[in-house]
Amino acid sequence: MHAETEIHFRDAAAKALLDPQLRANFRRAMDGLITKRKAQFPDPRDLQDLRDLSTAIRSRSLLALPELLEQFEANCTKNGVRVHWAETCEQGNELILGILRSKGAKTLVKGKSMVSEEMHLNDFLESKGIEALESDLGEYIIQLDGETPSHIIMPAIHKNKNQIARQFSQKIKDAKYTEDVDELTAMARKVLRQKFLDADAGLSGVNFAVAETGTLCLVENEGNGRMSTHVPPLHIAVMGLEKVVATLEDVAPLYAILTRSATGQAVSTYFNLITAPRGAGEKDGPREVHVVILDNGRSRIYADPQLRATLRCIRCGACMNHCPVYTRVGGHAYEAVYPGPIGKILTPQMEGVGVRHDLIHGSSLCGACAEVCPVEIPIPEILVRLRREATHEDVGSNVAGRGTGRTATEDWAWRIWAGVLKRPALYRMASWFATRFGKALPASAPLIKHWTQTRSKPIPAHRSLHEQVRAKGVPHV
Amino acid sequence: MSDARTAILGRLRASGETGPLPALDTAVLERRQWPAAERVVRLRKGMEAVHTEFLEATPATWPAVVRSFCDREDLKNLLFGPTSEAGAALAAAWAPGGTQLMPYDRPVEAFKDELFTGVDAGFTGTVGGIAETGGVLLMPGPAEPRLMSLVPPIHLALLWASTIQDSFWAAVKNLGWGRALPPNALMISGPSKTADIEQTLAYGVHGPKRLIVVLVDDLNQDPIHNPTMPREG
Repeated sequence: MHAETEIHFRDAAAKALLDPQLRANFRRAMDGLITKRKAQFPDPRDLQDLRDLSTAIRSRSLLALPELLEQFEANCTKNGVRVHWAETCEQGNELILGILRSKGAKTLVKGKSMVSEEMHLNDFLESKGIEALESDLGEYIIQLDGETPSHIIMPAIHKNKNQIARQFSQKIKDAKYTEDVDELTAMARKVLRQKFLDADAGLSGVNFAVAETGTLCLVENEGNGRMSTHVPPLHIAVMGLEKVVATLEDVAPLYAILTRSATGQAVSTYFNLITAPRGAGEKDGPREVHVVILDNGRSRIYADPQLRATLRCIRCGACMNHCPVYTRVGGHAYEAVYPGPIGKILTPQMEGVGVRHDLIHGSSLCGACAEVCPVEIPIPEILVRLRREATHEDVGSNVAGRGTGRTATEDWAWRIWAGVLKRPALYRMASWFATRFGKALPASAPLIKHWTQTRSKPIPAHRSLHEQVRAKGVPHV
Repeated sequence: MSDARTAILGRLRASGETGPLPALDTAVLERRQWPAAERVVRLRKGMEAVHTEFLEATPATWPAVVRSFCDREDLKNLLFGPTSEAGAALAAAWAPGGTQLMPYDRPVEAFKDELFTGVDAGFTGTVGGIAETGGVLLMPGPAEPRLMSLVPPIHLALLWASTIQDSFWAAVKNLGWGRALPPNALMISGPSKTADIEQTLAYGVHGPKRLIVVLVDDLNQDPIHNPTMPREG
């Protein structure tokens, strides 16, 4: 029943709202990201043209998805890159474990990958005796504390430097306490460089996969992605099946809008195109490259013409940066791998609209997310659709968990509502009672208490509108 | 494995509506064009904004410019690719003494520790630059291995002004990257950086702490320096 899970987001959000440090950390970060993004799009026409083009490219890619995936696979194979398919996260984890074991790998150094978060790969590998170390600075910081990312681009954004300074001084060997960001960065550099050098394998995500050339495109600023994919002898990349596009020319505008939307950068420090393992005569680079293509509910989302837009996402995070709810409660309150607006539509479709009923309703539908989305995903419309899916079992729908969010209370409330509205005499009587005695109804009354938990109780007028109009002599009301 | 593949592709095919593909209007990308001299200015501005340093040189002086930088910074050694065009030209002009030229001429496994701890700087060529945003394009390979531009704390990159393209999109088209790519190709816009701690920018997190572009002004010359990379106009 959804009643139980609904409490999760509500409670977690309420708790987060009471944490002034957390709120300050997010407010400052999101304001910064909003300002920087805006500065990157000075010309509204250019922005709209680039959004339209990016949307068209993603839509085209999805229309031809099965063909593009096959073409991508064929070209990877030709280039010497091994391609694997996983229907579920469990399958994906087992595949990766199998690849690592076949090479006797005991340590894995990771570039940032949200799909690996989706798979809970680190925990899985740890349980099998393989060390999986995050090397993106933000991911490294949260891994030290056993936390999960609170933002898809800036995973440690919920922490401030004092918190990180304390954490480093306690958890990194021989580290002194300092709040200097350059010194903190240098400490992480020292630890992680040794790890890159020693690691048996490296893992990365994929920002774009190019079908025509079989190329993996990785966007990053730190260089840890290049370290993870070029230094160890084995590189494993994981990607959602929606990541493929037809050509490298298609990637150019998507890349341009991704970095600008995400962090307000015109260009990232590195844009790394990996097409093959170490070739003949090459002196470095991995000897083997593997790609794991993950479904995990995506093919189900793909089947629905409206919901398919969810898969256009290029994971820039602009929707969360601009979301009034996300900014106030932070990423952890969602208790989901993907937080914020995109998470609110993606997570329930992956895990079931009934069990993640809480997320679908944790939105004011203000539309800020859709306004900034570089690929024009109509997030509010999809939220409304999913709200219906959660309580209905419409013919032709294949949404995960459809109808399972329905409760007897809500059912009855709507039935009574419909019954009253269909009978004018009953409606008049109900409104007469509401106007005369509504004020006396306690805020803790059943049903009303759900509304009054976070809002003041509405006070009905002394006379209904019908009564007032009638009193003015208007006939037939 | 193939079961998962068949099942996934089967599901995708079953729901695939093959409606008309939306048209692609690339006008917004085509608008990004500048004359050659302005391309240089834009590239510099974009890269300097993210802490890239520039050394100005001419086709005749660039090896000496690289050398004087190394001497000035008191670099112990400079990793280079002896068989690359840029590397060979540098070695030919290198006078003994001072900074040692260190050839990357064996598999990384033979000197991995030394590469990580004993190299002061790496020198590579580039195959072009990007005017719109700033950035240089590299195609690592047997002559210039991948880690040269990543592991040493300073990366020196040789850029010929005439090879600067308008945009990444234009570069993909003009370099023919869309049809065939080498095992690794990349764009670099500056030294490695992060803003993961309180959104405060810090440079030199995992990769090079400094990126030095040796910018060769060849705009008024015949484009002969790089026969693999002709550029119209």
